[in-house]
Amino acid sequence: MNAEPARARGGPDLAANASAAQERDTGAIRIANVVKIYGSEGAGIRAVDDCTFDVPAGKITVVVGPSGCGKTTLLNAIAGFHSITSGTIYLDDALLCGPGRPQADPGPDRIVVFQNGALFPWKTIIDNVAFGPIVQGRLSKKESFEKARRMLAESGLRNLESNYPGEISSGMRRRVEIARALMNDPKVLLLDEPYRALDSLTKSVMHEALLETFDRNQVTIFFITHDLEEAIFLGHHVVIMTTRPCRPKKIINVDIPHPRDYSILTAKRFREYLDETVEAVHEEALKAFAAGERER
Amino acid sequence: MKDLQSAFAGDVNVSLSPASLPAAKPGDGAGRRETVAFRLTQWLRSPRPYLMLVGFALFLGFWYLTVEVWKLPRFAQMPGPTTVISEWLSPDPTYGLSIYSPEYYQHIWVSWRRVLIAFLLATATGVPLGLFLGWSQRFKDYVFPVFELLRPIPPLAWVPLAIIMFQGSETPIVFLTFLASFYATTLNTMLGVESIDVSFVRAAYCLGAKRRQVFRHVIVPGAMPFIFTGLQISVGVAWFSLVAGEMVSGQYGLGYLINTSYTMVQYPTMVIGMITLGLVGYLTSAAVRVVGNYLMQWRARELAMGAER
Amino acid sequence: MPATRVFRERAFQLLTSDKFWRGAVAVVVFILIWEVASRTDISRVPAPSAVVVTFNDLMRDPSYWFSWYLSVRRVFSGFIAAMLLGIPLGLAMAVSRTFYGISFPVFEVLRPIPPLAWVPAAIIFWPTQELSIMFVTFLGAFYTVVINVIGGAQTIDVRYFQAARSMGSSGWDIFRRIILPATIPSIVVGATVGIGIAWAVVVAAEMISGGGSAGSMGGAKGGGLGFFIWNSYVGGSYTQILVGMISIGIAGYISSALLRKMGEMVTPWLRDQ
Repeated sequence: MNAEPARARGGPDLAANASAAQERDTGAIRIANVVKIYGSEGAGIRAVDDCTFDVPAGKITVVVGPSGCGKTTLLNAIAGFHSITSGTIYLDDALLCGPGRPQADPGPDRIVVFQNGALFPWKTIIDNVAFGPIVQGRLSKKESFEKARRMLAESGLRNLESNYPGEISSGMRRRVEIARALMNDPKVLLLDEPYRALDSLTKSVMHEALLETFDRNQVTIFFITHDLEEAIFLGHHVVIMTTRPCRPKKIINVDIPHPRDYSILTAKRFREYLDETVEAVHEEALKAFAAGERER
Repeated sequence: MKDLQSAFAGDVNVSLSPASLPAAKPGDGAGRRETVAFRLTQWLRSPRPYLMLVGFALFLGFWYLTVEVWKLPRFAQMPGPTTVISEWLSPDPTYGLSIYSPEYYQHIWVSWRRVLIAFLLATATGVPLGLFLGWSQRFKDYVFPVFELLRPIPPLAWVPLAIIMFQGSETPIVFLTFLASFYATTLNTMLGVESIDVSFVRAAYCLGAKRRQVFRHVIVPGAMPFIFTGLQISVGVAWFSLVAGEMVSGQYGLGYLINTSYTMVQYPTMVIGMITLGLVGYLTSAAVRVVGNYLMQWRARELAMGAER
Repeated sequence: MPATRVFRERAFQLLTSDKFWRGAVAVVVFILIWEVASRTDISRVPAPSAVVVTFNDLMRDPSYWFSWYLSVRRVFSGFIAAMLLGIPLGLAMAVSRTFYGISFPVFEVLRPIPPLAWVPAAIIFWPTQELSIMFVTFLGAFYTVVINVIGGAQTIDVRYFQAARSMGSSGWDIFRRIILPATIPSIVVGATVGIGIAWAVVVAAEMISGGGSAGSMGGAKGGGLGFFIWNSYVGGSYTQILVGMISIGIAGYISSALLRKMGEMVTPWLRDQ
């Protein structure tokens, strides 16, 4: 199974995507004073409280924080799966949700990659990847399949195309899912702890694959994780959330240039950023522990 | 959900959440024939087939000893295994019914035909209904209460009403069987839709699918495993009701056969009828399962991969 | 009292929910259609209004309640026997691979034979009609209970065993403290479904033994709600048929609901789910 990253193979596609590799200016998300209360007004659970921060276009923003603090709620609000109680969320200049419109509509401009994976088990890999443009009517079946093959080839997954998701490893399933998302040229990719269930060896391969994909597409990435090393390794910005109800406690701009590889893990700068992050998260984790937070 | 599955279909695992997909080895799925041959040799090497023989031997032995050898008080009135088997396989049976008599097959055919019609009708109406009940909360709000109101009435309690409502002797029986089958199918389909992991639905919406497309590409294929388990249960329930219907009214059929051989004191024939019922019932369930496995290649392969754990 | 307040709140919530009204409307429409259909000559189905009247009359008739008593007695004796035999058998099969290997194939071979097909055989074998009906009812519930118990025991996470072993539990301890409690939810499910099946079987068994066009079997007077329905049919009082059907429906529903409630009491750890 040929799973080498395209970069190592010196793939010709890099040149073709030169224009796409430039800085993107779409896909910026502005989250302003968002509040989310579950349950009825009086006795509800305040998951998110007056949360305000920006997700800059064309960059990888990683959100970390103690378990159950409301990070996934934010992601779900952006994706359009949950409503918000008050505040606004803008995507570029369009209102996603806000007063009078508590819930956004899910759509191919903000595609989610789910924690446990959501490749359709009853469709083959190629059917899965080609799904988006076909149902949107943007491409014909033939065109979509061709594009899907190209994307799979770029990720080194070409010979899996007639398999079913149940037959391949979870690491590969993640990569296929990302390819499926990118088929639709989304403005934002929303990743909800996508590598949580993977072992650390597979994870490191996934990270490199993701960064490589990012190099090609420069799509805005909103990434939730618990793994602080992962956060700093991948992110341009790391947003550290407080415990529930969550709001940004600290934002760290990781000033290590892309493209990155695993050698930076031992670099001094990396360790400094990591220390800073660990300290902040630890503080919040202690508070969460004291408050008896239930692990979701 | 588990209750209905478990009641009839045995240990079929239909959990469909993404987390349950096994971390399988990459590469093509094993060729079907090789897997079958492989599994067969594995089975023969395990203690299972021998334990099975022990079990059957104990059962048949018990039957044989209590009825034919020791002739225990209540048992002696029953026909023993040798009587039944010799009757069943005899070209010239004492009571006129064996595998050589065409009448036997007539009874089987009549029963089977009734089950088939009822089952097909029930599937054609129950699956779509179940799909809609699971998919549209509003539809469910309207329709489900009425459905649930009628459900506690056992299908068999409908017998006299069915006889009143429908002409002839065939229709009431088929109606009865249809009713039982319909409930099982609808319920299981609905539960199947509701068991589909919401992530699949959300993913489809994210990818730009509209409601109708989500229904077609996610709900229907996603509910398939549950639908097929439901169909296996439904077939079992159909036989269950059919026999009752045949015993109470109607001519021909295995239930009728059992009844009449009882009244005419032809007990070996009665037991033959029972055994045949068991066999045919089992075969129809197995047939549904096989069709299901064929239509859901993705599932068969997934389970095959998981079996190596 | 807080309990009554909670009840009133819940009742209020229920009555103001859309869901409730949609269901109620559908039920009313259904009854109306039924009423209209019965007045025309399309079907010979008795009207709901007539059924209500008959119901009222029957409530004062002691033999109606006696039928209830007979059916309930049969269902519950068969059901309890099914539980008493089925639970240990299922647990034994779940715990011992050998026992499972011996008994499960035989069990699976007998299972497709519908319980009702056993009625004549049961009448031959058992000395009284009551026992034969109870036996058939027992069969109906028995298969379900056993399958559910096995299924429940199979889903016990293997880590519980490992945890117990590492804390020094003996085999008996593990059985008592891990296997048994973990199987209780499945037992409850098996029981709830099993009793529904038992009701279905009882009704038919009563009809078959007490009536049937193939001739009466095992004595003239069967008794019980099934027999009541059949008798009403034979006697031409169609409204009574419907009363009988509804009565059985109610009986079945109450039994299942009761068992479910009992099940909830026995499994407090599932309450928050």
